[in-house]
Amino acid sequence: MCGIVGLFLKDKSLEPQLGAMLSEMLVLLTDRGPDSAGIAIYGASQKDHGKLTIQSQQPARDFAGLEAELGKKIGASVTMLVKSTHAVLDVPRNKLEAARDAIAELRPDARVMGMGDTIEIYKEVGLPEKVAERFEVSKMSGTHGIGHTRMATESAVTTMGAHPFSTGPDQCLVHNGSLSNHNNVRRELKREGMTFETENDTEVAAAYLSHKISNGQDLGQALESSLSDLDGFFTFVVGTKNGFGVVRDPIACKPAVLAETDQYVAFGSEYRALAKLPGIDGAKVWEPEPSTVYFWEH
Amino acid sequence: MQVFDLAKSTLRELNQALHNVQNGSNETAWEVLNPKGSHAVAAGVDAPISVDVRGSVGYYCGGMNSEATITVHGSAGPGVGENMMSGSIVVKGDASQYAGATGKGGLLVIEGNASSRCGISMKGIDIVVHGNIGHMSAFMAQSGHLVVLGDAGDALGDSIYEAKLFVRGNVKSLGADCIKKEMRPEHIAKLRDLLDRAGVKDVKPEEFTRYGSARTLYNFNIDNADAY
Repeated sequence: MCGIVGLFLKDKSLEPQLGAMLSEMLVLLTDRGPDSAGIAIYGASQKDHGKLTIQSQQPARDFAGLEAELGKKIGASVTMLVKSTHAVLDVPRNKLEAARDAIAELRPDARVMGMGDTIEIYKEVGLPEKVAERFEVSKMSGTHGIGHTRMATESAVTTMGAHPFSTGPDQCLVHNGSLSNHNNVRRELKREGMTFETENDTEVAAAYLSHKISNGQDLGQALESSLSDLDGFFTFVVGTKNGFGVVRDPIACKPAVLAETDQYVAFGSEYRALAKLPGIDGAKVWEPEPSTVYFWEH
Repeated sequence: MQVFDLAKSTLRELNQALHNVQNGSNETAWEVLNPKGSHAVAAGVDAPISVDVRGSVGYYCGGMNSEATITVHGSAGPGVGENMMSGSIVVKGDASQYAGATGKGGLLVIEGNASSRCGISMKGIDIVVHGNIGHMSAFMAQSGHLVVLGDAGDALGDSIYEAKLFVRGNVKSLGADCIKKEMRPEHIAKLRDLLDRAGVKDVKPEEFTRYGSARTLYNFNIDNADAY
């Protein structure tokens, strides 16, 4: 199973409620996957600033003094916001990669969940409600976001095995389904220089898309390519800095529902997830076609 | 009229109340409010009652239905009317994948479009879809009728047995062992009856094309191995 939600706001007045709306949608799909949950939120872009979301199993140890140490190491001012096992580091945009490399050195046990101009990723083992509470997702504002609640099939129930997966700046992916050729694709991507944190099939899909994008494809083209190169069952929802996309495999047995109004575009594995959104009764509601890429951008 | 508001009572209470209806009971009309995509709404009803569901439902609405007349005033999630035995289900909106799967009897009407695998493995149910149906519909369909006023997606009727398919629009492609067949007077009569019962007006049975089994895959033949 697994449950996916996505919300792309067209109406700016809803932005302060993005986190609350998205967490409610995800909680409504709790019984599709109780193992772990995660949310990616795209917040406001700050001029010349970027951010890294990092995670540690020992936050007290790893996050203590990191702000100052990292600032010194990369020669720039750094601010850090700690939320439970995650911390969001605000650094100058041109120092993002230096900061990522520095963190690997300074705190080898901490993991980078995502980085970019606006993306923040929070994911942990546990029910969506608990995960959302833990990271105070409902207080977050943003332009768009995606979420996932997991019933694990292809790899262990761990924080790093939870979705969303991010392998490129401001890019992330959630997945309902299972890929059958992920080992082979992982081998090919490793040869191309991509690195992997887990044995998870979805991480391979995320890395595949990031690899295509870094080779010059836009997200739409990368999703089109995935239809011929990835084998298995999938409904993907993908987030980028400016928007989100949806694609389903040709068999399309993993469920998907889209809804669009003047205020938003929303995705849910089931209609249930959308049932409490404002104006849903008047929304255009439909199932995305198999092998068809859908994309919305600001 | 018995009214059940799912914003106030649980789904279990609703289905238990529907299952408790005895033959000859006066409680023949039921209304369900605020389904909000709930699963298994009015599944397993076994009495000649009417159930009006005001809103959209999730998986398996009206599953295993026997004798009841269920109307969904909204859209239905996957597996609406799965393994229906008799009675009727009308969906005013669209239906998700595998509508009427394995149904043994009764009438399922989708007034909007149905998604993939509509009528998969149907075993006697009659399904009428006012709009289009998705890919792999009527896969291994054994008996009953699937009537589609719009178009059908890829691989219609793959590995079909004796179900009869009537499509008014285009068929994107036919599945293995499914072929176009002639419309004989008995098919016209049956189709007219089904259209009538599904509330379809201004559409003539003559506008449809019949599809069914070529019967070459019934018994395993090594020469057909690629077709399975």
